[in-house]
Amino acid sequence: MSAAEVKKFNMDTVENAAATPETELPWAELGLKQNEFEEVVKVLGRRPTAAELAMYSVMWSEHCSYKSSKNHLRQFGDKVTEEMKKDMLVGIGENAGVTNLGDGWAVTFKIESHNSPTMIEPYQGAATGIGGIVRDIISMGARPVAVMDPLRFGAIDHPDTARIMHGAVAGIGGYGNSLGLPNIGGEMVFDSVYQGNPLVNALAVGVMRHEDIRLANASGLGNKVVLFGARTGGDGIGGASILSSESFDDSKPSKRPAVQVGDPFAEKILIECCLELFKGSLVEGIQDLGAAGISCATSELASNGDGGMDIELTSVLLRDPTLTPGEILMSESQERMMAVVSPDNVAAFEAVMDKWAVEYSWLGEVTDTNRLVIKWDGEVIVDVDPRTVAHDGPVYDRPYARPEWQDALQADTFKASAAGANLPSTGEELKATLVELMASPNLCSKNWITNQYDRYVGGNTALATPDDAGVIRVDEATGLGVALATDANGRYTYLDPYHGAQLALSEAYRNVATSGAIPMAVSDCLNFGSPEDPDVMWQLAEAIRGLSDACMVLGVPVTGGNVSLYNQTGTTPIHPTPVVAMLGKLDDVARRTPSGWRADADGQAIYLLGTTFDELDGSEFANLRGHLGGLPPKVDLEAEKTLGAILINASRDGMIDSAHDLSEGGLGAALGEMALRYGVGARVALDDLCARDGVDAFTALFSESQARAIVAVPRSEEVRFNDMATARNFPVLRLGVVDASATSLEVQGQFDLDLAELREAHEATLPKYFG
Amino acid sequence: MSATELPLIGDYSTPSTALSGARIGVVTFPGTLDDRDATRAIRVAGAEAVSLWHADADLQNVDAVIIPGGFSYGDYLRAGAIARFAPMMDKIIDAANSDAKLPVLGICNGFQILTESHLLPGSMVKNDHLKFLCRDQVLRVENNTTAWTNQYAQGEEITIVLKNQDGQYVADEKTLDALEAEGRVAFSYVGWNPNGSRRNIAGITNEAGNVVGLMPHPEHAVEAGFGPDHTGTDGLGFFTSVLTHLVGGQK
Repeated sequence: MSAAEVKKFNMDTVENAAATPETELPWAELGLKQNEFEEVVKVLGRRPTAAELAMYSVMWSEHCSYKSSKNHLRQFGDKVTEEMKKDMLVGIGENAGVTNLGDGWAVTFKIESHNSPTMIEPYQGAATGIGGIVRDIISMGARPVAVMDPLRFGAIDHPDTARIMHGAVAGIGGYGNSLGLPNIGGEMVFDSVYQGNPLVNALAVGVMRHEDIRLANASGLGNKVVLFGARTGGDGIGGASILSSESFDDSKPSKRPAVQVGDPFAEKILIECCLELFKGSLVEGIQDLGAAGISCATSELASNGDGGMDIELTSVLLRDPTLTPGEILMSESQERMMAVVSPDNVAAFEAVMDKWAVEYSWLGEVTDTNRLVIKWDGEVIVDVDPRTVAHDGPVYDRPYARPEWQDALQADTFKASAAGANLPSTGEELKATLVELMASPNLCSKNWITNQYDRYVGGNTALATPDDAGVIRVDEATGLGVALATDANGRYTYLDPYHGAQLALSEAYRNVATSGAIPMAVSDCLNFGSPEDPDVMWQLAEAIRGLSDACMVLGVPVTGGNVSLYNQTGTTPIHPTPVVAMLGKLDDVARRTPSGWRADADGQAIYLLGTTFDELDGSEFANLRGHLGGLPPKVDLEAEKTLGAILINASRDGMIDSAHDLSEGGLGAALGEMALRYGVGARVALDDLCARDGVDAFTALFSESQARAIVAVPRSEEVRFNDMATARNFPVLRLGVVDASATSLEVQGQFDLDLAELREAHEATLPKYFG
Repeated sequence: MSATELPLIGDYSTPSTALSGARIGVVTFPGTLDDRDATRAIRVAGAEAVSLWHADADLQNVDAVIIPGGFSYGDYLRAGAIARFAPMMDKIIDAANSDAKLPVLGICNGFQILTESHLLPGSMVKNDHLKFLCRDQVLRVENNTTAWTNQYAQGEEITIVLKNQDGQYVADEKTLDALEAEGRVAFSYVGWNPNGSRRNIAGITNEAGNVVGLMPHPEHAVEAGFGPDHTGTDGLGFFTSVLTHLVGGQK
């Protein structure tokens, strides 16, 4: 580049910055607060250059720096026992945590949010959410093997919900399907609180041998730094800072240019090409480019390494040659990776790039200066201590306090409210209620969505939606595999953030155990409103405290995750929504437990495990009646552990053929879902349950008490199964039998519900609204 | 074994049958997705899978070739339109048309590549409902005399996985009439046409019966526990058929 071209950008060099301290800089437009800008000046001992300002503004954004949540997130690292650390090979802080699976296998998984981009541009926002999380998994040295996507959109009948739904589902499918990654589960919740702030969380899981684990650090003086994959363009500039770190407001201009655009074909090539690099041990360190692009990759690689880094920015291959250095540093163009390569491996590295026709450019090398120096045609435009960019961002102790309205909300219980009057009681009323619940937006069949995702590719999918957990085989020789489930209930968490977060963890734990897997590790995606609102900050603090306390009791460590704040429209935040992803392990996926009985299960006994309390507050039934108040179901972590142990042992010892956890919609919905799974009927009676637990038939069917599951037990195993539950002092009750000759679900003395009628109601809802 | 090796499967022993000497190639293009699945299906059937790279021009003396599914070159142009020009495809086209009549199976994107290569007539356009669709699909075997279908009964109904975006088979009326008259419709959709394909066509064969293409995925229905509804293995017949064909046992 000629000197004249350098001037074109009115280059702001470090020398220039030192000489012109009074120059006005657009720090506020880039999302920095005044105190933060002053901190940057203090750290540097001078004003930042334009390029440095760009880097600090994105890396110190809420999205990248966790500045509001950091003080609270520490609990995930602090509340960990030695036992919990046993299988944790890589913990919080890297691109994704890594858990030991045994036999030399390791698994890495992580869940992240892509909420704001999806609101603005649903297809690309959701698609690049998948792309980003998959690159995190590749960066750890793993082959990605599956994805999941918990979704929360506005009211099902709101016109804008169809825009989000069609775009986001097509985006997740269009991107994920093209990568060859089975989509094995997720969630779909409709609630008007998400109208202006839909939640699109994306989870990816990958597997590797222990020796293949890679970390993001730049070590070794003289090693080369290379950028490869897609070219850098003008898309997604400031995505992390101006998009994901403030609330939406109609008065501001469209933020669409801040959304990235995805190219799944490029990502698929990147996956295969990276795996070939790992196989040949051709990279010393690797980092994907996501939020904050090159700013993040260079500063994190350099600060995690043992030296510094020198980069020549004009070497970056561009899609748009008019980009300024600051824009190049901030661009969030997708499908890019940065690696550190020893000089000996340069030729082999280039051969792999050429084989896959991937573009690359050598940007610079690792130094021993402890400085990250970025030049533009030889002129120094960035000269910083990389730690100050990547790790030493501001940390806030945001004020928080229990909201004034919390007491009134908790006092407003469902049964005492007007909505809770005239509850269904006759058989016909209970039957109509079950059909209405199973056709309701949150409990209806999600086939309309999941049929747009490839759940088979890879040939290792042993369970997928609508089963309780997705199960993927890792090793064909032994059948070793993993199970994954994601859960959250924003309504519960709104009523009581501490226990609501624990309920999300409980359900994810229960779902994984129901599939027969041993729960091992957690990744969480904390979706909340503005941390500058003390009410929201209290919800966040309580949820983190609740989650970390419960993880200790259940013995499952948090290995990573993501915090998404500012999810609110004006001053109205979303329900606090801590999405918990649970990873479990199955020694042999052939033993996994499906969530429904087949015709060959005719005559098997149906058992209910656990105790039913009168817990309708925050339930789906209360939601149908438009009520939200009171206290969520009671958390009982010890009961969850015992229930989990029973389900896992029963699966391993062949005592049960199917199992389904009880959650939203209670026993009624669980029985309905199990019968619909393979279209096989059953006969059950509630009398013993009502007598034992002191509840009426309505409460027995629709209460959402925790630590419960239904199992189907072959006749030959009944004694053994009963003995096992009884020995553990866990409530177990025979409800009825599977009846393959029946085409209905009969609740004796109450109703006989035709499965065809139930299926029609269950499956018609999403097509009705979305075509 | 490294987790990152391709294919990602254990090396459990293959059945010791007289057929296990057969070598079946699996072509990988940039963007191919189901190559490891096809490889597994070949092994489950008892043969040896051989990886064929699109840019190479050596068939490595394989006895048959599978062009697996995926999104070669992202399907950014027409599905299969770029892959069709790969050096490996030139070799496959020649071998399929030679006197030796190399058996070739194109699955999903592979079927699209075969029509783009003019080894099979017609083409695929976007599903009539405009969405990607993944489901367990019932097919009827309309021709059980090809290299890839001889282990099925004529008219047998099988359930395998369907998953695609561009699965609507189209051709002009004359071609469709000829396909039906000559018995070259190999598979048709049963019950419900999932993508608007002309005359419910799910798969077709060439005149000689060595080249077969279909949109659904038999390689995803070869192992109990991982196929349709986690039980189905109806797709295995494709792979045992070609092995039978190779040892001269074709009906």
